Order: sequence, then C-alpha cells, then structure tokens
Amino acid sequence: MMAGLRLRSIKDLPREELFNPGHGLCAGCTASTIVRHLLKIAGRNTIVVNATGCVEVSTTMYPYTSWKVPWLHVAFENAAAVASGVEAALKAMSRKGLIDPSKRINIIVLAGDGGTYDIGFQALSGMLERGHKLMYVLYDNEAYMNTGIQRSGSTPLHAWTTTTPIGKVMRGKLQPKKPIAEIVAAHRIPYVATTNVAHFMDMDKKFLKGLQVEGPSFIHVLQPCTAGWKFDPRYGIKLARLATETAMWINWEMDHGSFKVTVRVPKRKHVRHYLKLQGRFKGLTEDDIEEIQKYVDAEVERINKLVGAQVIGPLVED
Amino acid sequence: MAVQRLVVEQVRLALSSNQAVAYAVRDADVDVVAAYPITPQTTVMEKISEMIANGEMDAELIHVESEHSALSAVVGASAAGARVFTATSSQGLELMHEILHIASGLRLPVVMAVPTRALSAPISIWNDYSDLMNTRDTSWVTLIASTAQEVYDTVIEAFRIAEDPRILLPVMIGYDGFAMSHTYEPVYIAKSPERIREFLPRRDRVKLDPNRPVTMGTITPPEWYYELKYQQVVAMNEALKVVKETDKLLGELLGRDYEPVETYMMDDAEIGFLVYGGVYGTLVEAIDTMRSKGFRVGAARLRLWRPFPVEDLVEKTRNLEKLIVVDRAISYGARIAGPVALEVISAYYYEDDAPLIASVIAGIGQRTITEDDFVKLAEVYMRKGRDSPLYRESIYWGVRGVEVK
Repeated sequence: MMAGLRLRSIKDLPREELFNPGHGLCAGCTASTIVRHLLKIAGRNTIVVNATGCVEVSTTMYPYTSWKVPWLHVAFENAAAVASGVEAALKAMSRKGLIDPSKRINIIVLAGDGGTYDIGFQALSGMLERGHKLMYVLYDNEAYMNTGIQRSGSTPLHAWTTTTPIGKVMRGKLQPKKPIAEIVAAHRIPYVATTNVAHFMDMDKKFLKGLQVEGPSFIHVLQPCTAGWKFDPRYGIKLARLATETAMWINWEMDHGSFKVTVRVPKRKHVRHYLKLQGRFKGLTEDDIEEIQKYVDAEVERINKLVGAQVIGPLVED
Repeated sequence: MAVQRLVVEQVRLALSSNQAVAYAVRDADVDVVAAYPITPQTTVMEKISEMIANGEMDAELIHVESEHSALSAVVGASAAGARVFTATSSQGLELMHEILHIASGLRLPVVMAVPTRALSAPISIWNDYSDLMNTRDTSWVTLIASTAQEVYDTVIEAFRIAEDPRILLPVMIGYDGFAMSHTYEPVYIAKSPERIREFLPRRDRVKLDPNRPVTMGTITPPEWYYELKYQQVVAMNEALKVVKETDKLLGELLGRDYEPVETYMMDDAEIGFLVYGGVYGTLVEAIDTMRSKGFRVGAARLRLWRPFPVEDLVEKTRNLEKLIVVDRAISYGARIAGPVALEVISAYYYEDDAPLIASVIAGIGQRTITEDDFVKLAEVYMRKGRDSPLYRESIYWGVRGVEVK
C-alpha cells in the first residue's frame, strides 16, 4: 500500500490511477470501480494475479492492457497457488539479494466467485492453510458472468441464471449462497472481511487493512453485474447499497479472530426492494420472495447473536 | 557415454535417480520448489525437504495441495523471476496438464523431473512412459535420461537450456520410475556448487517487477494468437541447437558427453534397436550377448524427445537394414501405436534407403524387459522381410494371449 496512507475521508484517496480506462467491461460494471479503488489503495509496488474471469478477459486484450502494475493470469482455478509462488519467489530472491529486500511488494489475487467458491476453492484453501502473505480479493457477481450467466456456488436462492431458469417446476437456484467468507475465516487467517462497492470507504479501509496484516487476508466484495442481474446500468451502486440495507449482504470483518459488523443497519428494508430492480428475480411469486425474506431474517438473527447486539435492525416497512 | 574427464572436482556417491535430482537442484541454486508427493516421485521431494531443513539448500519449498497447484505455484514464482523446480509422475503429470501448456505459452524456464509411471485405470504405481508421452504436444523441451549420473547432469543442463534467451521454454527430464528412481548407482556430483552456478548464470528476462510493469497471460485475439504460438515453434526448433551446444558445454564442465541420439555398436550393425530411458542398459548387455554369437546388432537410445532430433536419428541409424523401435507407451487406435516409432517413421519418410522400421510395444505397467526379450525380438525380425505384416503394425511384446509369429 501507499506508505503512510490514512483513510479518513474520500479526500485521502490517492489521486494516481493505476487502472486505465478503455477496457472492455460493460457500461455500468461495478468490477472496474472495485479494481480502480483497490489499486489506489495498493499503489505501484503491487503484483496482481488474476484468475480467469470478466476482469481478466476485459482488461488485457492483447496488445493492450489496463494495468499499470505487474499483472499475471495463469488459469481459472489456480490464482491462489500462482500467487503463493509469487510470494515465495519474492521471499527467496530477497533473501538471496537478487531483488531489493527493503521494498515491500503487495501481492493481490483478484478472482470472481466461480474462481473462488467453486473451481478455485482447493487452491484457495491450500494457500490460506500455508499462510502466504498476500491479499485475496473476491469480486462476487453471483454467477459465471464471463461465460454468460451460469449458476455458481455464490448464486443466491431463487436467482435466475441460464442454468437455473425460473420454470414451472424449479424456481431459479434451489440453494442459498455458500458462506465463503466464513469458510475462509474458519482457516483462522489474520483478516477476513466482506464489503460492498456502495460503501467504498468501508471497502477501501478493508483493502488497506488486508494489505497491512502479516499473513493471508481475504476481502469479499459484492459486485452488482448489470448484464447478469439484469438491471439498468445506472443502478449498480444503488443496488449494492440496497443489498446492505435489506441485509441481503452484511459488511463485516474478522480481524485476528474478533468479529465486527462494520456497516450497521438500524432499520432494515424488505428484500423486495432489492429484488424488484433485478431481472434475475423477475417471475418470482410472493411466496418465493417471502422465502428469501425468511432466509435473510434468520441470517440477521444469527449475526446479531454472534455480535451480541442488534447491529442489523428489524424489518421496517416503508 | 565417453570416458570421464574430471574437469570440476567431483565426489562419488551412491544415489538413486530421485536423489540425484535433488542434488542437482541444490547445486543449481534453485529459489522455489513446489511439489506434491506421488509415487515414485516422492523421494525427490523428501530429499529436497531434508536439504532445506538442514540448511544445505536455500530455497522456498511450497507444500501445495495438488500437482495442479505445484506447477501453478512454480509458474507464478518463475514469472516473478525466480529459478524454479518441480517434480511429479503419472496422475500428477496428468493433473498438471493444463498448466504444462501455460508454462510454455508464458515462456517460463520451469524445470521438472518426471520419474515415469503408468496411468490409471486400472491403477498401476509401476513404470512405463504413458505419462511422459501424453505431454508430447505441450511445448516442453523433453529429455529422457538412462542413468542416475545422467539424471544429475541433465537436471543441471536443463536450467541452462530453459533460461537461454533464445529458448525460454520449460524443460522436462524423464527417467524410469522405480527401475531408476528407486535403485542406487554410483553418481559423481560437483564437490562444491560454485562452478555449477557459473555454468548457470542469472540472466535477466521479462518478469513481474513493479519498476517495469508487464501484463502476462493476456487474452489474445485471432489477429495475434497465431504469431505468439509460431514464436513457440521457432523457439522449440532453435532448442535443438541449444541442447547440443549445452551438451558440449556440460561435457567441458563435468567431463561427460551427451548427444540427442546415442548409439552402441552401430557402425556395422544390420539390426538396430532404438529405446529410451533406463532399459538402454539392458539393451546394451543384450547387444554384447548377441555380438558374442556373431550377430551384427546395435543399440541406439533417444535422449532428446522434444524437439525431435530428426537428422541425428537418421544419420545414426540409416545404414541399418532393420530398426526396431521399442516404446513403453501406447497410442491407442493407431496402427503404429508406439509414439517414438511414429516419429521415427515420419523422420524417414523422405529418406531414400530407409531401414525397415518395426514398432514394438513392451514394458507396459513395468512388465519386465529382459536381455532375452531383445535377443528374441532380434531373432523374430531377422527372419522377417519387407512383406511381413510385422512391420505394418505395432506388436505387443510380452502380453499374455498374444503370440508373435
């Protein structure tokens, strides 16, 4: 990260842009916002290892690149293993005096939900267990968007994807999201956080913390996807905010074992406010929506119990 | 192998081929090793772990959770500029397969040892070359050693070949699982690693360096992909020259000479065998036996599999009447099912007066190949002329229920 960076307000964000415009991500894609902020926090002394996914294919169309920091893509399922190798290489070369040992280089993995929840899960778990000093950033758009919106382990309950249609018998995806951040936290690494592109100061502070800790860190960012969630490109940030306001998404951190909800929601909105803006939930019945609401209510209760306070408030109908 | 000239001061140890690999990796000053245990590779990784634990070797060892991650991790480390090494066998090599192509496509000088082993199913922990032969089209420079001494020498040589700026391709060193990986032979190793390290200078190359940012592993459209792949073709072809140059330099350093195709008693031979790996030793013994009975037979072994040394092979075998290629892998459904036999036939297609080329499959799943097998094979082909169907398709030697007439 930038030496001595302190984040009190948006004014503290470095002005330097290390992620160039002109890439091929969709208009209204919030992944580019995440990457832009991530690189502002990380600064130039950074190596990015990108798993196969939207960001990878859209930002490096040969002979062009959007990346002003060293960047490596190897495959879909192995970004955590590749980054383990990068970290080990810097360690060994700096010990042998082959590179400047005084320079601290950030190593960041950037991967989508497919590359993290599903195909990349084994490599991720191995990396966490071995304790490499690197930050893994998951941008979660809740399906395989790069191949054209197929279900992933992250797709939420009842969401439509091309492989979980809302039909007469099956109502979109039949299972809830895999609790990936909690599974990662169960590896007892120093820092795990969930965050949200609408709450960008929360997100940026977590990036900064993730880069500062000794050992692996994992930042899970919700990333509304205009193409896959089927919403007007104007509403990416609004939807991300609604995700937190409805508690479809909760921003928390686990800092050296201590759990904290970082964005409190005193009055919670009904999930329908979040669902109705998205084409992927079109065609759900009131019963389906209530099932999702009940699932969220139970999650809120569980989180409040975990914290020991009502950090996420009651459902308040507007 | 020619008479040894001890140029660098060396010590003689009793080593298995797997241990010889570990000593070479140590002497080559490798920075990062990532590996996952698999029979018969395991003792490579164990020996390296021991050397690191005892402070005899300064490297990071990444205890990855799979072979896929092993190769992925060394690819990452190599991209960051480190000298890297991994080793695997059989199923592990298959699991790496995706990344084999990526390591070469990214033009990373990764070095890997492969004590070869048969493939599942049914599962076999024993030797053949099915695993290595399946990597044929992955654009790895591939050498096959036939003694523990050669394994040590070749692993050292591999780093120099891989890191040559004209090449920048990964290099694989194959040798027989069990028959070599777990048997002990006398091996000369450098007494101190300094001269080996001079032989392997640290060369600058494109790497992940914040001072000079590069984007590696881009998505590449139809307008560019073909050119990048053609560069690999050129580098692979160039590698033939570089391997020979490096063989020569290695000879000057360690006093042991190697060539892409090596021969024994070939000058006046009428029937010649071509093999690869440890079985060459058995073949040479068989040649002595047959020679003592007055048969004009000779032996050749393929040391360099990719790039395929067409001219060397033709030059050294063209005076034969018959060339019997013994493969320890099967290309199922091909009439000539031996991968090396196919290559030899293709090498001879435009040559006048090519020998009759026979393809023999043997040693599958470590079905033992003895001297007697070579003698019997020579007897079979001695009697068979151009009209015999035995040249038209591979014969499956030593399998129960199939009789070769």
